[in-house]
This record gives sequence, structure tokens and C-alpha cells, in this order.
Amino acid sequence: MSESHVATHHELGFVRKYIFSTDHKVIGVQYMITAMFMAIIGGLLSMLMRYQLAWPQALSPMMAKLFPISYNGGVMAPEFYISLVTMHGTIMVFFLFTAVLTGGFGNFLIPLQIGARDMAFPFLNALSYWVFLLSCIVIFAALFVASGAPMGGWTAYAPLSAIPSAAPGQATGMTLWITAIALFAVSGLMGGLNYITTILTMRTKGLSMMRLPLTQWSLLITSILGLLAFPVLLGAGILLLFDRMGGTSFFVPAGIIMNQVPLDHSGGHPLLWQHLFWFFGHPEVYIVVLPAMGMASDILSTFCRKPIFSYRMMVYSMVAIAVLSFIVWGHHMFVSGMNPFLGSVFTLTTLLIAVPSAVKTFNWLGTVWGARIRFTPAALFALGFISMFVSGGLSGIFLGTSAADIQLQDTYFVVAHFHLVMAIAPLFAAFAGLYFWFPKMFGRFMNNTLGKIHFWFTFIGAYCVFFPMHIIGVGGQMRRIYDPTQYMFLQPQQPMNVFISISAFILGTAQLIFLANFIVSIFAGKPAAERNPWQANTLEWTAPNPPGHGNFPPDLPTVYRWPFDYSVPGEREDFVPQTVPTTVTARH
Amino acid sequence: MADGSGSGRVTLSGVVLAALILILIIASLYLFIAQPYWFPVLASEHGGRIDSLFMAVLVVTGIAFVLVQGALGFFIARYGENARERASYWHDNPKAEAFLLIGTAVILTVLVFMGQRVWASIYFSDEPANATEVHVTGEQFSWTFQYAGADGQFGRTDNKLITSTNSVGLDREDPVGKDDVVSANIMHVPVGKPVRVRLRSKDVIHSFFLPNLRVKQDAVPGMGIEIWFTPTRPGQYEIACAELCGLGHYRMRAFLTVDESQDAFNKWMEEAAKQ
Repeated sequence: MSESHVATHHELGFVRKYIFSTDHKVIGVQYMITAMFMAIIGGLLSMLMRYQLAWPQALSPMMAKLFPISYNGGVMAPEFYISLVTMHGTIMVFFLFTAVLTGGFGNFLIPLQIGARDMAFPFLNALSYWVFLLSCIVIFAALFVASGAPMGGWTAYAPLSAIPSAAPGQATGMTLWITAIALFAVSGLMGGLNYITTILTMRTKGLSMMRLPLTQWSLLITSILGLLAFPVLLGAGILLLFDRMGGTSFFVPAGIIMNQVPLDHSGGHPLLWQHLFWFFGHPEVYIVVLPAMGMASDILSTFCRKPIFSYRMMVYSMVAIAVLSFIVWGHHMFVSGMNPFLGSVFTLTTLLIAVPSAVKTFNWLGTVWGARIRFTPAALFALGFISMFVSGGLSGIFLGTSAADIQLQDTYFVVAHFHLVMAIAPLFAAFAGLYFWFPKMFGRFMNNTLGKIHFWFTFIGAYCVFFPMHIIGVGGQMRRIYDPTQYMFLQPQQPMNVFISISAFILGTAQLIFLANFIVSIFAGKPAAERNPWQANTLEWTAPNPPGHGNFPPDLPTVYRWPFDYSVPGEREDFVPQTVPTTVTARH
Repeated sequence: MADGSGSGRVTLSGVVLAALILILIIASLYLFIAQPYWFPVLASEHGGRIDSLFMAVLVVTGIAFVLVQGALGFFIARYGENARERASYWHDNPKAEAFLLIGTAVILTVLVFMGQRVWASIYFSDEPANATEVHVTGEQFSWTFQYAGADGQFGRTDNKLITSTNSVGLDREDPVGKDDVVSANIMHVPVGKPVRVRLRSKDVIHSFFLPNLRVKQDAVPGMGIEIWFTPTRPGQYEIACAELCGLGHYRMRAFLTVDESQDAFNKWMEEAAKQ
């Protein structure tokens, strides 16, 4: 931060440097590696789910040995399936996507791209990671509770989540779930506060807001969303905990009879939880999607060798999405029992939010039009991001139309939509970011050929898994169903479930290529000698690989231009970094 | 304006990715036009409007899907890097941006209005007077259907009276409740006549899903929610729970018979009343 701090800094020991570090780059990498570990868990859970959905009656002798209770008699227990659904969703939404995009990339990139030496509050930043790690441990522990892992779904609808006797995993498992989510919210708040302060106050000389890379805009707006949305989740979670352990009735109405036993609650309302949860939950979607959009935009422009199309509209549309994201939550509740008049209002706001999303799509197309694309793995994943976002975004229009949603709500159509738009698209952006910034993080490259192979399998696999889910959703297959073949009307489309599951195994296996490439490249990848191997314009590429403590020795860079000067006519090179003075250009 | 500096190089990666996008377009057109798997057979009056609305949205989004994915694939195939020349340098076009923004907004506004007409016809229209009335109660993991019986009046229910054999707590002492019909997991309605459902839940949230009738409504404990629909096609259909409700969620299944006539329905009621 301050110059004197850097001047007097001395070599830190291993523990202070890599473990209890306050350096934003180390914290960023810590976030990423922790999130990757969580992703492996979440991914494995989904593989078990897909096995069950394709072959519901199949015996799994190996699983029965590993989990004798959950596979009693060799077949997966229904309650175990619901726990898988719950834990997969929770881990992926919070502990992978939110963590890797804002915690991982946000931490690593914010000071580097704005020309700062570290975050505004380095200690708070470290604290945010350690609280996050604690929340990971708590949610991980929930998998191993003797009475069962939580079963409320990632949305934890009350009263299923509020009454410990409602299902096996809803006792200790659910309590751990709430605790983990509360800790996660606290961690997210500390991080968000830090990101906002840093971006607003610590930009280097010349870096005006309208010269920020889109990654930085997206992280700023995401952090504001987080700061406004996470407290609502935290509050709702605490109320839920009171209902469970303190005998209150915020979400539990009078007259409930659970397992023939009348409950002593009165005065609560189940829909209150849904309103609170989705008031957080919908902005949460954009907390995940916005950084993905920002990163994909910057990476796209770099490898298209062409300025991003309509930078201003890119910024304004993100702001519009952020504002609107707070008034669309009711589209999750069209058939919940909410007043149908509200359904009309939320349809209007929901289709309204499609406008800025469409603007962004047009602008990405405008960026690729007339480009000269360098097909690196990062470029491929950024292009794949656009395709996935478009596919998933368009199916959202069906769901946002309240009358069509009557049939589609809680079916696989919804599963297809949100996986494409808020899981696969952000996953593609995260992969693009990892291949792109890897040399800056570790001073080495990831293997290019393996990266491309990883992309082809992931692109094909993701579409084969998630596109057909639209179709079985139209056919009526419900979400969170342990055995779809129980229903006669779903039996004819069971071959689709088999196809999806086989595709999912291929998609899952292909991620091992990435994992091997990532781990081996950290230690044995091709050294990245050049500071700016991709010939990019943003500030992080003026720092060494990897940047040392303080990022920019000896002086902080000065910015003279926006980050998108690619292929400027008359320039010697096809890129002009932000640190190149404009006056020099004028003389050419 | 597009390619002031000529066309790019066709690269292997570009062609492969474009080909994959083309396959995606063809496959999705096949799935949505040939419809190898599609909606369950339609059996209600308002369901036709929902299906038509779905098709209208499908046409709009389908065109957008083909255009946008197609353009993306085309650009990817065409504009690979080329050692000789650079990308075009342009990054704003206010007219085109305004045109696309307004165009999108207009199309979406039309969809909002089309959708709201259907929504209003389902939720804001006057309820017919001659409806068959059914009280539906969800619980872990079954559905109970209560009919008023010959007198057309529902008997009093009380949670205190709930036993393993009296799942809705119907007061059989109540004179109007004597002829009530309570049926577990089997629902009958006559064809062509509106059905009014009053939906309750005893424990957690369930969702009353009639796939063939395009009916889905959550059953929320503490709330009594009324919906109505008109079955149009006699037959046997399945009823599902569409909201996660616990370990037996997947088997919370019931059966709906749409009887061919009021007489057939009355006959079932008589049979059921005897039990």
C-alpha cells in the first residue's frame, strides 16, 4: 500500500507468506484452491445423483461398502439422494462459484488491475478467507452427520428446514448447513466491503472509472450486490435457527402435524422464508454471473485483438442488471401461493432484466465480428461462455413468463436453465480466467494442448448434459426426484436420463484433464518469462510473473488510456497497454 | 464496416467450434420441432392456452437462438488470426445499439402482454358457479381428496380429530359431514365441468402437480389456496408432488380419473361413500 511499507518490507517466513498471509494474491490463490477442492466434492456428488437417475434400481456394491447406511441393501436410500441434491447445490453455488469468482479472481485481480499494492484492508481480507475456510469445514462436516446430511435443498424452504423432525437430515445436518451459510455470508461481507473500498479509493494515477477493465466493474458491482444481499440471507438464517432451536415461529404456522404429532408453533409463515431467501437468492445469481461476464469480456477482447464493443453499454447494462436483480425475486414463487397479482409484476421485471442481458450478448457478438481470434484455451472458454450464456438465458424467458412457468416450475426445464446460465457459463469464464491468468499467478503456463482437449470435452459434455434437460423438463420430470421411473408419464423419456448421465460422466472425467494440467503446471509448466505473454493491455501484465509483495516494483504504474486498444490503426503493435502515454501515440 | 481489413484466416479450432455450434443448432431444432419427447397429453381447457404461449415463446426464443448462435459460429469460423492483417478497429455504433435495445425491449414487452393474458385468464377470471369442489390435503407423502357428498356441504374438520384412519380430521358427528367422501390418493372429477380445488398441507410445503392438466400449485401449511380448472379429456392421469418435501418426495404420487360423464362420477362417489 504505502510506499514506505514496501521499501522496508523484509522476507517473510513460509507460514506468514503462504498460509497466514495478508497478501491479496496469496489469499486469492487460497480461495481458488479451497473452492476447487469443494468443486471436486460437489462434482462427485452430482455423479452419484446422475448414476441414480439413469439406473434407479441398480445395485452399487462398491458404494454399499463405502456408505453402508446410505446404501442399505446395495441401493441408494431416498434420503441420501435428497442430501446429495442439497449438498451439491449448496457447495456449487456458494463454495465454488461465489468463492472462486469473487474470492479467488476478485482478490487476485483487483489490486493488480487497478495498480495498487494490496487491498485496502489486508487483514480483513485474510480474515474473510479464514472465515470462508471455516464455513467450508462446517458444510463438509454436514456430510458426515450420523442422523443424515441436510435435506432441505440449497433453497432450504421452511417448514422442511425449520422443523428438525421433518426429515432425517433436518436435525444436526440442517443446523450445520445454516451455520455454514451464516459464516459464508459473514465472510462474503468482509470481502465485499474490502473490494468496494479498494476499487473506489485505490486506483492508480490516471485510472478513471471509465478506464477500468470490465472485470473490475463487474467485481465492484458484484460486491455491492453482495453487501446488500448477504445480510438478508444472514438474517433469514438466524431467524431459521431461532425457529429450530429457540421455539420461535417466524416461518412455521399454527396447526402443523408432523408424523402425526401436532407442533406447538403458531404465527409464522412459510412464504416469509421464500421472500427473504430469494431477495438474497436472485442477486446471488448475478453475484456469480457478473464477474463471469466481466472476465469473459476482457479475455474475449484480448484474444479477439479487438476492442470490446460498446464499453459504455457494457458498464451500464451491468448496473441495470444489478438494480433490477433486487426486484425480480418473485419469479421463483409464481406457484408458491403468493398473490397472483404479484406474479404479473414479477413477470414484467423479469423480462425487463432480459434487456440488459441481451445488450451484453449483442456486444460480445460485436466484439467477435471482424476480430482476429487467437484460439488459446482461454479464448475458447470465453467464446464457450457466450454460447452457454445465450442458451441458458433464452430458456429463462419461458420461466419468466408466469403462465408458462406454471407447467415448467420445479421441473428439469428449470434445472437446465440455471445450470447453463449460472453454473456452466460461469464455469467457462472461470476456466478462461485460470488459463489466462495462470502465468501471472504461478509464473508458468498451463499446457496448451491439454487445455484445448479439456475445452472440447467440456463444451460438448456440458451441452449433452444440460440441453436435453430442457426436453425432459417439458415432459414434466420434476426436480429432486429420487426415482423418475416411479411415474408412468416419465418412463418413456428415461433413455434421455441415461444419455444425460453418460454425458455427465464424460464431462466429469474430462475435468481430471484440467486438474492434472493445473497441478503439474504449477511445478513443471513452461516458465512464463515474459511479463505480458498474451500481449494484453491491462495493468497486471506490467507486473512480474508472479508479482512480488507490493506488486509493482518500484513505482506504481500510471494509466493513460482505456484497456481495449487492440489493433489500433497506425500503431506498431496490435496492442497498446494502458500505461503507454497517449501523446506518444499522437505523434505516430 | 464489418471487415474493413479483409477476412480473417480459417483456423482448425475456429472451424471445429463453429461446427459444434452448428450441430447444437441442428440438434436443438430437431428436439423442439420433431418433438421426440414433449408435453404430457393435454387434458384441460386452460392448458391449451399455456401450451400455445409456450409455443409462442419458443418461436421468438428459437429465432433468437439460431440467429445469435449462428452469428457466433460464423464469426468464430471466419475471423481467425491472420499474420498479415489486424482486426477491425471499431467499438461503438450508437444507432445499431439503440436499434437492438429497443427491438429487444419491444419483443419482450409483447411477450409480457401475451403471457399476462393467459395468466389473467387463469387467475383473474370469474370462477364458474357449478364447479365440482374438492378439498385436497398434502402430507408426507400422500394426497387426500375430500368431497362434500350429496348435500354439497363440507363437514367440519379439526386437527384434534386427526387419526391414522381420519387423515383430515373430519368430524363425522357434524350433520353435513356425514356424507362427505374422503379418498386417499385417488381423485375423480367429471369431464367438461370446472373443478375447484382448495389446497392445504398438514406438514411441509408440497406442490400439487397435474402434468396433463397443466396445473401446479404449492400446498402451503397455514394457507388455504384455491385454484380451478376444467378437465377436457377423460382418462387416467398421474398426480405428482413437485416441491421437495422430504425423503419420500419421489413417491408422493396420486391418481386422477377424469370421468366420462357426471353420472360416472356420481357412481364413483357412491361407491367411495360406502367405504
